Amino acid sequence: MNKEGSHISSYTSHAVVLIALLALTAISVAATEWHFGAFTVGVALLIASIKVATVIINFMHVKHESLFIKAMVSGVFALFAAVIVITFIDYYLR
Amino acid sequence: MSVQAIHNERIDSETGKLGMWIFLFTELFLFGGLFLVYAVFRAKYSADFHHAAEELNTFIGTLNTVFLLVSSMTVAMSITAIQKDEKNLALFLVGLTVLLAGLFMLNKYFEWSHKFEFKIYPGSEVLKNLPQGELLFFGLYYMMTGLHALHVLIGMILLLINIVKIKNGTVNSNHYLHLENSGLYWHLVDLIWIFLFPLLYLIT
Repeated sequence: MNKEGSHISSYTSHAVVLIALLALTAISVAATEWHFGAFTVGVALLIASIKVATVIINFMHVKHESLFIKAMVSGVFALFAAVIVITFIDYYLR
Repeated sequence: MSVQAIHNERIDSETGKLGMWIFLFTELFLFGGLFLVYAVFRAKYSADFHHAAEELNTFIGTLNTVFLLVSSMTVAMSITAIQKDEKNLALFLVGLTVLLAGLFMLNKYFEWSHKFEFKIYPGSEVLKNLPQGELLFFGLYYMMTGLHALHVLIGMILLLINIVKIKNGTVNSNHYLHLENSGLYWHLVDLIWIFLFPLLYLIT
């Protein structure tokens, strides 16, 4: 018997998420061949961010967690992103 | 199990996971600091970083990304298996995760040894004579991938402990917080690599 109320993710859903992640990795590697100039770093980090969000939401089961954990995780990651983005802007505009 | 016991169990699980998440946030900011140092030096010495990053093998980096992504799926599946009381499948999936982690480390070993052969390691004469930017790149490369590899090793130990716990029944379909938290830790190792891989191997 399983803990009451715990969500059980299916094996298939995990496999689908993996395929999406592998596809994004392939796109990320292929994207280095096309040159986006100043945006190359931006494109690579954008794809990485999509992959990270996919892992957090699906593999780390955040989509089935309580509202409290959902709010906390998204809040901290938003703060993390803000720290990175603000530092970049500060550095490039000096 | 009484209603009260089930209720307490839920609260314990929720609190346990909350604690793990808070720990993971500290880890995130530890690596975040290194990412920022990397970003600033990369902007300052872009030509040197570009040149130094070409020394890295994109194929090995991509292969390691695949190992970690697949291992992230197997550990997530192991939680499904334990929830469904499929003990042997859970054991197999956790074991497979450890194996993939081992393959990642083996790849890392070959990658580092190859660089050591060319005398590219922290403190070597060859590295000291490189331009300032390349020296910084390799310093950050060893620091970031080394710290990440240390996390991979810790993750492997945590997963091996889970194998023992599943075998002796301490981790079962009713109590699997230990496996869930080890899984969360393992996913963090994957998340960090997802950022390290493009920053070090792809942006050349």
